[in-house]
Amino acid sequence: MKRVMQTLFAVALSLVMMLGSLPAVASTKTIILATTTSTQDSGLLDALIPLFEKESHYFVKTIAVGSGQAMAMGKKGEADVLLVHSPDAEKKFMQDSYGSSRKLVMHNDFIIVGPALDPAGIKGVKTSAEAFKKIAASGKLFISRGDNSGTHAKEKLLWKAAGLTPEGNKWFQQTGLGMGQTLNVAAEKKAYTLTDRATYLALKKNLNLSVLVEGDARLLNVYHVIEVNAAKWPKVNSAGGKAFSDFMVSGKTQAVIGSFGVDKYGSPLFFPDAGKRPESLGL
Amino acid sequence: MELVFDGIVTAWQLLISLDQELLAVTILSLKVSGLATFISVLIGILGGTCTVLAEFPGKRLLISLVNTSMGLPPVVVGLFVTIMLWRNGPLNMLDILYTPTAMVIAQTIIATPIVTGITIASLQSLPSNMKLQILALGASRIQMVWILIKEARLALLAGIMAGFGGVISEVGASIMVGGNIKGYTRVLTTATVMETSMGNFDKAIAFGLVLLLVCFIINYFLTRVQQKERLR
Amino acid sequence: MNHKAAVLEVKGLRVSRGGAETVNVPSFSLFSRETVALIGPNGSGKSSFLLSLACLLPSAEGDIFFNGELINRKKLTEYRRSLAMVFQEPLLFDTTVYKNVASGLIFRSVSPQEIRKRVESSMERFRISHLAERSARKLSGGEAQRTSLARAFATSPVLLLLDEPFAALDPPTRKNLTDDLALALRESEIATVMATHDQFDALYFADRLAVMQKGAIVQMDATFSVVKHPVNEFAAAFAGMENILKGSVLKAENGMFSMSVGNETIQVTGVRLPGEQVTVCIRPEQITLANSRPDRLLSGQNQFLCRIVRIITLGLYSRVYLECGFVLVSAVANQTVQNLELSHDGKVYALFDSSALHLLDG
Repeated sequence: MKRVMQTLFAVALSLVMMLGSLPAVASTKTIILATTTSTQDSGLLDALIPLFEKESHYFVKTIAVGSGQAMAMGKKGEADVLLVHSPDAEKKFMQDSYGSSRKLVMHNDFIIVGPALDPAGIKGVKTSAEAFKKIAASGKLFISRGDNSGTHAKEKLLWKAAGLTPEGNKWFQQTGLGMGQTLNVAAEKKAYTLTDRATYLALKKNLNLSVLVEGDARLLNVYHVIEVNAAKWPKVNSAGGKAFSDFMVSGKTQAVIGSFGVDKYGSPLFFPDAGKRPESLGL
Repeated sequence: MELVFDGIVTAWQLLISLDQELLAVTILSLKVSGLATFISVLIGILGGTCTVLAEFPGKRLLISLVNTSMGLPPVVVGLFVTIMLWRNGPLNMLDILYTPTAMVIAQTIIATPIVTGITIASLQSLPSNMKLQILALGASRIQMVWILIKEARLALLAGIMAGFGGVISEVGASIMVGGNIKGYTRVLTTATVMETSMGNFDKAIAFGLVLLLVCFIINYFLTRVQQKERLR
Repeated sequence: MNHKAAVLEVKGLRVSRGGAETVNVPSFSLFSRETVALIGPNGSGKSSFLLSLACLLPSAEGDIFFNGELINRKKLTEYRRSLAMVFQEPLLFDTTVYKNVASGLIFRSVSPQEIRKRVESSMERFRISHLAERSARKLSGGEAQRTSLARAFATSPVLLLLDEPFAALDPPTRKNLTDDLALALRESEIATVMATHDQFDALYFADRLAVMQKGAIVQMDATFSVVKHPVNEFAAAFAGMENILKGSVLKAENGMFSMSVGNETIQVTGVRLPGEQVTVCIRPEQITLANSRPDRLLSGQNQFLCRIVRIITLGLYSRVYLECGFVLVSAVANQTVQNLELSHDGKVYALFDSSALHLLDG
């Protein structure tokens, strides 16, 4: 018993010492970046954040969530800077002056993927609208994110453009999960889904899904960096947010974005767009 | 099946090469969950003992509340703690959202009812006259409490194991209040979830295996202490 | 006994649990060197009374004087350190026998050398020295209760409270332990209160008996007095008066009365008024059996022709259960059973004297 007590005491002591050793960072040197799961899941942020931290001496807390939640965090002042891809929601966000600046950073594109056998016969179809109509007509399973993420918002727009209301149909299922997990589900169920190219490329090796429709202007996935308006929320670290925003559009960063993924997947995952006019992307 | 095998191979490679990231994530998991367990053991054993020994109105209600809280869903705790700690939340002055400290707090909230509940159950399962016997032997109140805790120690050890097992393997609260920030609040469970959603199943399996290993080693140690006591 | 100073004196003790009064003892005294046995049926408040003597029942009201001093909150721990209590269950701590026996002394911060000395002597007294290093979990029932008693004696208490300490033990184990405890009590001069519902234990240990009923002490007297003149049915049964007969008085004259029991009439020595409800009892040994009606019936002798319901042989004696309009138990020598050729369903005369019947009060 004595030995047990001694052991427990030693464990307790070392744990108390741990309390002091938990990493802690002063809040003024911390910024909270709310971003979409796709940027984290692709690994791009793991490449960019250390560069930024080294250069600026800020500590970035990256919270990877859906675009919807990222913007909600911005609206409540719980994040300093956003990296998101839901253009319509972003415009509304800016109109309501939740953000103080919004800059185009990069894009990647969405693709429609599905089983290589393509039971709905959408391969080679030119527009997403046509492809969606064919899937609906065939009644083959389509997996949707259903999580109010940027990708989900994009998908809803595409359904609308095709003049369809998929909700409630047996062939339409929603996962409520991130892109990577949704792709896994689609692969398991031999279903169609809409995905961003970056996540698809990153996961491709484990998926039995082929790219069936690509290249439609509607399928572009455009990322903006938004500084949260410190005038609305005094606790927002505006200097940090600005530093990150500037970093994302700097030439050096843009070059890193342009070459990210080439070594691993043979093609870039993202296309740097800083300084371009949104219209040039067909927006 | 190939996937699992790949995962085991990757895990093994990461383990023997003492992969820095894996090591850091594992150590943080141990620190956060160990500390949370330690705090909940302090609160739980003290609170549980007081609850059992004191007579007060609402005692049964409190005990059933504790027992219900033993199954607090981590995501609910995570959500609650996150809202509390928001910059614009009621506890904003702490300024600890997305830090390991916040994770310790959330995990402590999860583990405390477990330890308290098991403390209450184990003290209540002692013979009802035990307390009187100890007092009749001339024990002061503090001596009595100490002896009762010593008498219940095997069950309490089970409580500690349950508490630690509960928090080291929970993901919902950790990801919400910690944010799964690389090198800062990324623990074994959140890393496993993230690697899975990134499609890096081998790494996910590696993290998962390390998590299992950690749980196993710690429970093995505690079980051995417990069994040795029991067999003595 | 009043010339001796009371070790323990209780005044106005009341315990209520859930609104009902479980103990109500207006006064109780215990003198040095004596053993009082508390007897009474289950639920009569023996345990509650013992616990409140040790000030272990928070709901107890009343005053307890120890060596003439009133025990208050401040003196509580000090008071408890002058007494020891042993329960029906051994309630040992999960450690070695040695440490169990030492525990009371450890609470009192006695020096290690002194602890060793006292623990060893107490273990020796209860013959468990060889078990010193054994885990308390690995003891037989008898060994465990010995350890519990050794633990109580190690603290050299002035007052010992025993709550049915042998009730959970089997007869041979119990016999051994009873002898050892009796010796220990005799040598140590501890004032003892022992709750028991075992007749043998009470008669063996007690100088005085206290009969409890519904929380009150209804009779407290020297053991032989209680046995001779039990005050109620429980005490009567306890004193071995197994036959308890109830009925109403029919006729009374010359210090005798007749009462109806079932459809029969029996004669009793004593004074009661006609119409009164009475309870009388008699020991089985005092009922004799005969095959034929005696030639001459003495006055005050009761005699009934009975049917034999059952015969149980116990050692040298047999218990014969009889149906004679009411039920009687007779204890006779085995030789008698043979001589009278008693058998199941046979007929026999039961005889008992009117003065052998003990009349209960109230």
